[in-house]
Amino acid sequence: MIRAKIHVTLKSGILDPQGRAIQQSLGTLGFAGVTGVRVGKFLEIELNQDDPVEAEAQLKAMCETLLANTVIEEYQCELAPHPSRHSS
Amino acid sequence: MKWGVIVFPGSNCDRDCAHVLANVLDQDVNLIWHGDTSLGNLDAVILPGGFSYGDYLRSGAIAQLSPIMHAVQEFARTGGLVLGICNGFQILLEAGLLPGAMLPNVGLSFLCDDVCVKVENADTPFTRHYESGQVIRIPIAHAEGNYHTDPVTMAALQANAQVVFRYCRADGAVTEQANPNGSLDNIAGLRNPAGNVLGLMPHPERCAEALLNNQDGQLLFRSMIDAVMTGQDKQQAIP
Repeated sequence: MIRAKIHVTLKSGILDPQGRAIQQSLGTLGFAGVTGVRVGKFLEIELNQDDPVEAEAQLKAMCETLLANTVIEEYQCELAPHPSRHSS
Repeated sequence: MKWGVIVFPGSNCDRDCAHVLANVLDQDVNLIWHGDTSLGNLDAVILPGGFSYGDYLRSGAIAQLSPIMHAVQEFARTGGLVLGICNGFQILLEAGLLPGAMLPNVGLSFLCDDVCVKVENADTPFTRHYESGQVIRIPIAHAEGNYHTDPVTMAALQANAQVVFRYCRADGAVTEQANPNGSLDNIAGLRNPAGNVLGLMPHPERCAEALLNNQDGQLLFRSMIDAVMTGQDKQQAIP
């Protein structure tokens, strides 16, 4: 069992109006020195799969076809064993 | 002429479209559930506005995977007229029937307003009753209408005259101030290279009868009827 953490964010060249609004609000609150805020999505996906190579291939296909729109977004995948099945 | 209007869970302009077609323009209209797998024998399909699947993940991302979309893809591939309005436009983008993607409006607000839009290309089955350069008044209602694409695709859109509608001032000038949502190049609507698929963010079905004091949108539906009736709807389609 594998749990994947996936971050989907707007590509670096694309204006993120939400991020910009949050950055301005942080400045208004007195948090000085915030030079950038990007807003994205976080997905946790549980896979009935123990092979990390196979899992990564599956997750990449999921991101490319549904989870991210690669015209405007980029994604990062991070794998971790499922905590409830983790043997110690 | 036979029309199909696809009903996704969360569509909310499906009945407005059907009303205009059936009661204003005396057309034969079927509402088609998204879970169906066949369109039947149709001349044109509309993907209506709304919030299909609650806009979960991204607007249109889940709807483009609905069973009926295989039939819509095939209908488009064989030259059938497909019109996507607002959320329908977003679904066409997610389905890859039109290039590019929608970002949140630059002002971050849901915009519900009347805007001016310029008909950039009147030589399409969707706009033949307009004149090129004509300015129409038409309602918008969306939070994600900020069109984006890469420079290569943008150049192709311009080279193929695929940009059909642009946000403009009342005098027709296409300016930054007239752009309500930050859309690239003021794009309000575009078509595919074959010319049989059109997506637009404004709502022609909300300004298509005298009762509403604005009939600018009616000409879009009339154009499609004319194109089908004269057999010119599939003229430009890729075989």
